[in-house]
Amino acid sequence: MIALESGASVYERLVEMLSRFVSLVSVRLPDDVLPALLRASELEESAHARLIYNAMFENLEVALRRRVPLCQDTGVLEFFVGLGEAFPYGAALLRAVRDATARATREGFLRPNVVDPLTNRNTGDNTGPYVPWVDVEVLPGADYADVRLYLAGGGSSRPGFARVLDPAQGLEGVAELVLSTVAEYGPPACPPLVVGIGIGPTVEVAATLSKRALLREVGSRNPDPRAALLEEKLAEAINGLGIGPQGLGGRVTALAVHVEYAGRHPATLAVGVSTACWALRRGWLRIYSDLSYRVLSHRGAELG
Amino acid sequence: MGRTVVHLPTTSEVVSRLRVGDVFYVSGVVVTMRDAAHERYLRGGVPLPVDLRGLAILHAGPVMVRSESRWLCLSLGPTTSRRMEYYESELIERTGVKIVIGKGGMGGRTAEACGKHGAVYAVFPGGCGALGASAVEEVIGVEWLDLGIPEALWVLRVREFGPLIVSIDASGRNLADEVLRSARSRVSAALQSLRPHLALPS
Repeated sequence: MIALESGASVYERLVEMLSRFVSLVSVRLPDDVLPALLRASELEESAHARLIYNAMFENLEVALRRRVPLCQDTGVLEFFVGLGEAFPYGAALLRAVRDATARATREGFLRPNVVDPLTNRNTGDNTGPYVPWVDVEVLPGADYADVRLYLAGGGSSRPGFARVLDPAQGLEGVAELVLSTVAEYGPPACPPLVVGIGIGPTVEVAATLSKRALLREVGSRNPDPRAALLEEKLAEAINGLGIGPQGLGGRVTALAVHVEYAGRHPATLAVGVSTACWALRRGWLRIYSDLSYRVLSHRGAELG
Repeated sequence: MGRTVVHLPTTSEVVSRLRVGDVFYVSGVVVTMRDAAHERYLRGGVPLPVDLRGLAILHAGPVMVRSESRWLCLSLGPTTSRRMEYYESELIERTGVKIVIGKGGMGGRTAEACGKHGAVYAVFPGGCGALGASAVEEVIGVEWLDLGIPEALWVLRVREFGPLIVSIDASGRNLADEVLRSARSRVSAALQSLRPHLALPS
């Protein structure tokens, strides 16, 4: 826990801290992902699969050594911010996200990805209408802010969808959509994937939950045993498809399936799916009221 | 065993020896080309500013930064090739490009064009942008930068860029497509085995 040097304004310090956090997430995987990849690689027998995993592991080392984005697609940035009710700099933090994103882009840690959909012009600094996307919740009783960042790459976002099913279609309808989507769109999405599934009353709730599912530690289980069983069985079924690393065949297509659900309407069963590629870049930064911080996702990381 | 390195520019004769599943590396000039560049050339009718004959194109949008007067390539890995399926057979026919590099596989029209014109499609492991950039020796130039950094044509000199896994060979065999078809065919059986776990109380 290290406070940044004093002198700068709170806003400037937040921009500095957040831009370094963004850079960290672009360069280094969070702590939970590499062990999951190592376990998956040990299950593979084909020469291709091993070659691909070796390239992936070498790539992670090269990115750290050269301090460059581990994948060139640094995505569109999605922030999930929890503001402690006693955290004094909420408004400044929400504003700083945008400037921090533009700054990390200028410094070469993000590729300028944001395109205006009506003109096809790249905005050049990863900001645009509504992006970086910021999802905010209030943390009762807390005096800190939690900033979770997810880099939503294009390839891994392509399989995403949300749809409202009839309740009669049940979990079987959910499973069918998930399996057929992964079979059809999974191969170019850089498997092994983490598959996030959201279930709820409406498309936007289901879709949001499917993305929140990707923020969980890889392979963690939903505390509800029925949802946990669904996670386990869906992962087995997806791995039975044989897509493997990079869609060239293999035993592990999904590192994990994560399910999050909300209460539904009697007349609707909405389902959303979001997929993360193997290069699952997310981070979790906690900022305290004195502007000291901890990076909870990346052990030992300092934003100095 | 040493690496198989294909030096660019190359010929149909050389790439025709590569077979599905073979692993190779390329050295020489590669050009990045994504959706917008294909669209401008093939549908917009704007002449390509680079002669691709015998070269490799890369479905990639690199992370580039300008340092004084030079461009530096920081991260270079493949994008989803399937989006270029709309264009690729025509590109292969019209330009004489011999190696198409991307990720995730391409479809039947590209496979047919590879067979007809003696070209291959190869996969570079997606997400390995730092590794890819470490093979770039020189940024020779950039064209169509008005399309934005990811979509511009970056002309790069690389040394042993890879590993590249042949996914479509010049005989038209298509590895990624075989895996895709197999995955599709397994969906209903997978669903069948899941069924006991999906029942809800009535």
